[in-house]
Amino acid sequence: MTPLIEGRGLTRRFTRGLDVAEKLARALGANIREEVVHAVEGVDIAIRQGEVFGLVGESGCGKSTLGRVLAGILPPTDGELLWRGRDVAGLSRADRLEMRLAVQMIFQDPMSSLNPRKRVIDLIGEAPRVHGLVRAGEVDDYVASLMQRVGLDPAYRRRYPHQFSGGQRQRIGIARALAVRPKLIVCDESVSALDVSIQAQVINLFMDLREELDLTYLFISHDLGVVKHISDRVGIMYLGRVVETAGADDFFAAPNHPYTVALLKELPSVKDRRRDFTPIRGEIPSPLDPPPGCAFHPRCPRAMPVCSADLPALKPVAAAHWSACHLNDMPALRPASETAA
Amino acid sequence: MVAVLQVEGLQTWFGTKDAPVRAVDGVSFSVARGEILGLVGESGSGKSITGFSILGLVDPPGRVVGGRVLFQGQELVGAPPETLRRIRGKKIAMIFQDPMMTLNPVLSIETQMVEAVLAHDDTPRAEARARARDALGLVGIPSPEERLGAYPHQFSGGMRQRVAIAIALLHKPDLIIADEPTTALDVTIQSQILFEVRRLADAFGMALVWISHDLGVVASLADRVAVMYAGRIVESGGVDDILDRPAHPYTRGLLDALPATARRGERLRPIPGMAPAPTARPSGCAFRTRCFAAGPDCAAAEPEPTRAGERQWRCFHPLAEAAA
Ligand SMILES: Nc1ncnc2c1ncn2[C@@H]1O[C@H](COP(=O)(O)OP(=O)(O)OP(=O)(O)O)[C@@H](O)[C@H]1O
Ligand SMILES: Nc1ncnc2c1ncn2[C@@H]1O[C@H](COP(=O)(O)OP(=O)(O)OP(=O)(O)O)[C@@H](O)[C@H]1O
Ligand code: SF4
Ligand SMILES: [Mg+2]
Ligand SMILES: [Mg+2]
Repeated sequence: MTPLIEGRGLTRRFTRGLDVAEKLARALGANIREEVVHAVEGVDIAIRQGEVFGLVGESGCGKSTLGRVLAGILPPTDGELLWRGRDVAGLSRADRLEMRLAVQMIFQDPMSSLNPRKRVIDLIGEAPRVHGLVRAGEVDDYVASLMQRVGLDPAYRRRYPHQFSGGQRQRIGIARALAVRPKLIVCDESVSALDVSIQAQVINLFMDLREELDLTYLFISHDLGVVKHISDRVGIMYLGRVVETAGADDFFAAPNHPYTVALLKELPSVKDRRRDFTPIRGEIPSPLDPPPGCAFHPRCPRAMPVCSADLPALKPVAAAHWSACHLNDMPALRPASETAA
Repeated sequence: MVAVLQVEGLQTWFGTKDAPVRAVDGVSFSVARGEILGLVGESGSGKSITGFSILGLVDPPGRVVGGRVLFQGQELVGAPPETLRRIRGKKIAMIFQDPMMTLNPVLSIETQMVEAVLAHDDTPRAEARARARDALGLVGIPSPEERLGAYPHQFSGGMRQRVAIAIALLHKPDLIIADEPTTALDVTIQSQILFEVRRLADAFGMALVWISHDLGVVASLADRVAVMYAGRIVESGGVDDILDRPAHPYTRGLLDALPATARRGERLRPIPGMAPAPTARPSGCAFRTRCFAAGPDCAAAEPEPTRAGERQWRCFHPLAEAAA
């Protein structure tokens, strides 16, 4: 089956320009160059209609950037983006607009993505009206039904975002995304800032909406517990690259990549008591200057000489399970998950 | 066990006399030497204000209006500012969620740490510098000698937090109050810091109050747990008792809402409703409007603490599992 959305070799780099002081220093002969952030590097990803794809990884590894590239908000520096099997670069204007509406993004901090000077009715109702999905006279009823759908009292539709709690604002963001009848929703840390109880309410809402509206989700989070709960498939990023992807059961039961193994082991759980922490040493390296070979090698407990020389490719290690680790090329040393047990 | 810190009936209010905001409203707990107490609860329940109140760091219009804070037997509520200054940083240290609340962005780490030593100890500069370097090593900063000259912006968030912890450790305090110190950090970096904290508490017998809303972190770290709701501690006790056999329906609710509690894809079980604002708390038990166990009696009066061995709770209808 053709994936709903697919990325092939997606790459996104940012150039950090020089500030005035640095330009001056360079004019005086200092060796300062513009820096290039390798935010996303050569990512292959495919999301099927109706599935929840969980994307995890630590801060700065490129999750949001990949999400924004897939949502069509940020053009890739390199690589191909396919929507229902068709290259987005070659779409007609009309088709591109359709894709724009079909893919909606929900952010972590609804306060910064909701215009504070607009009332809820306009925040939710504007886009569907502008794009002709509802007639002007029907906007009020349409917004009321969406608010009801996400568990907000429609009586509040003339209020401003600051008059709502964090969990309610997140619901406003969800209603706004739903208003243009999307197929794919990119949730970028959309429950991370919420207290457990409100988080549970919003996660339930996401799961209900998926059933009712046949939605597909790219669910970005650094919280593995949340991702485990709602995902069908999981991908993990390290420094701009996807290093492992698998069905959720397999991913959590039989992780392959040493980074995944370590991360799962370090996840604090309510079942732990006075735990012996055995942390991975070292800092997360800078995307300005990614280590050569496998980017994880400076911190990897199983690194070998080849790891600092060659970039390991993402290869199948089991059914629907890919991992990018040189250990998989050395049958005698495989697999990482056995050493974790 | 002798309590390093004993808090009794602490009340810290904001707002005006006529319309007080009861941020902390009758909090009692104690921490013994070498013990880690996890203080948990939802946003706005009063965890940070409790920590600030202990150290006398609440800014007006906030004020401690009642209760006692005994540190090694000495009353801190109403103590002269000079006394508090001598204790703060020396015998009690605080670590904040944002390390930049501790660090000055325009001073080198060395300057800041040496000043922190000299603020309380009359030692030669070279010795102060050596102590600073050793403290950095203790929290796992690689090549501490070379890093001393660096500025905060040259460190990652996790390293900055470790520097803040190193500063807290400079005087080997008897008590550390840590307010969500790892919440903004990544799992692997958090794990490094929890590892050091556990080791240091064991090695030096420091008492720790670890404020967090992450039950997983508290479970892996704490010896005892206190659960806050609407300005009060509704339940406290040993970590196993509280997390495996909670007495209070609120604690039960928090645990049940965790994704880890449900099977994958199953509906989660949130606590209905939201935590009330401090100005809009229900009469009687503040949790009653969200509580599955509430009866008519819960509206009539506030539940007083019930003690059972090492644990206590404030609830008219404690869960049976606690008694077992
Ligand atoms: N517009 C931009 N300009 C320059 N650099 C950027 C830009 N957006 C992101 N970056 C950099 O790209 C890298 C990846 O960032 P990204 O926000 O995608 O990470 P993330 O995985 O979402 O992190 P977090 O968990 O902290 O949200 C980071 O180093 C970030 O600083
Ligand atoms: N300066 C202030 N003026 C008025 N009310 C305040 C002030 N500071 C805090 N409060 C109130 O006191 C209550 C407790 O706040 P506190 O910061 O202690 O909560 P918390 O449990 O630490 O929450 P979080 O998990 O969000 O950090 C909150 O309801 C808050 O609104
Ligand atoms: S490729 Fe090498 S360095 Fe990278 S995770 Fe695998 S073993 Fe470790
Ligand atoms: Mg992000
Ligand atoms: Mg707080």
